[in-house]
Amino acid sequence: MLNYDLVIIGGGPAGMAAAVSAKDSGIDSILILERDDKLGGILNQCIHNGFGLHHFKEELTGPEYAQRYIDMVKERGIEYRLDCMVLEISPERLITATNKKDGIFQVQAGAIVLAMGCRERTRGSLNIPGYRPAGIYTAGTAQKLVNIDGLMPGKRIVVLGSGDVGLIMARRMTLEGAEVLAVAEIMPKSGGLQRNIVQCLNDFGIPLLLSTTVVDIQGKERVEGVTLAKVDEKLKPIPGTETHYDCDCLLLSTGLIPENELTRNMGAEIDRKTRGPVVTKEFETTIPGVFAAGNVVSVHGLVDDVSKEALIAGKAAAEYIKARA
Amino acid sequence: METTFLTCIMCPIGCNLKVEHEGKNVISVTGNTCPRGKVYGTNEIGNPMRVVTSSVLVEGSKNGSVLVSCKTAGDIPKAKIKDAALALKGVKVKAPVHIGDVLVRNVADTGVDIIATRNVE
Repeated sequence: MLNYDLVIIGGGPAGMAAAVSAKDSGIDSILILERDDKLGGILNQCIHNGFGLHHFKEELTGPEYAQRYIDMVKERGIEYRLDCMVLEISPERLITATNKKDGIFQVQAGAIVLAMGCRERTRGSLNIPGYRPAGIYTAGTAQKLVNIDGLMPGKRIVVLGSGDVGLIMARRMTLEGAEVLAVAEIMPKSGGLQRNIVQCLNDFGIPLLLSTTVVDIQGKERVEGVTLAKVDEKLKPIPGTETHYDCDCLLLSTGLIPENELTRNMGAEIDRKTRGPVVTKEFETTIPGVFAAGNVVSVHGLVDDVSKEALIAGKAAAEYIKARA
Repeated sequence: METTFLTCIMCPIGCNLKVEHEGKNVISVTGNTCPRGKVYGTNEIGNPMRVVTSSVLVEGSKNGSVLVSCKTAGDIPKAKIKDAALALKGVKVKAPVHIGDVLVRNVADTGVDIIATRNVE
């Protein structure tokens, strides 16, 4: 069994900032466990700019912002394991994880920072009727396909939901040669940033249809079209307002949910509203010595805020360890 | 004199700008909380500018990366966005590539280079 003073679950912006902060607070025995094959988390696929204006006082793309922290992690000699899936964490902070090289292994941690980020809401949580054809993706999956794997999920696209990822992807798909027919938003107002509506939709003449949702998806093997309809104040579709769109792809950008399977199974109290763990102002969960930072606590609009929060959590974890040394 | 209301896109705050202008001649920008907003408001009336981000193919990566993300090294005219995107089609670079490396010079005749935003070894 391995033993570390501090183990950080997740090597995205929150995990890396927490590690850097703990190291700078005097903790040397630190291990980051990351599921992906590289550090950086979701920033790796967010190739658009607008990151870092507050934290680094310059405008960076996602991969550039990630690299700043990857460099800090490496400069400090902080250990990390990639391709590594954490399966379980006990309330006594015994971590069970697995990767291809080591198989299944256990790590005892003096303190833990949870930094697993968040996940996208899927079609299953939206109750859209119809068959289950190919061509329906969450916006974040499409983002990974386009920006990491070099694959196009479709040529004629309708986006449901006007979250920022959906808006960013509407522009991205357009620049890669696809036609984005519309972004439909069930609410009377977009949940995305106004700047993204301007630079991702208006710049390219992509219509934003408010109080509108998908009522039907056509196609059995592959998406052949979707039907959009206006909704009333109770968000119920209004009969007679249906419009058909021929398309081969539907992207869903309908919200993000903190990823807290591990947290829940540990027995930490979860806030019903944020769906993240209940934390103190030092970002300690209801389990002593277990801290949490970033999108795993609540979904943030800005990575700059994630970094700031994780620096506090990392320092608090370091203090916890030192107090028990 | 005309008045145009804009949302500043320079940062996530998204200030509501009020630009007073005569044609393309800007008289005043108000509502901004930082100097970048004034520049944006002024440009947006006369000559809107954007940073374009995209990716190009990369060959010979050690970890199997197929793309390297990139951006225009500075603003280019909004009207040139599509030309810049088209110019990147078919571009293939060789690894290793590092953040800041020039991948395409003077993209779409804008005088602005395309630079890498990711390290690919």
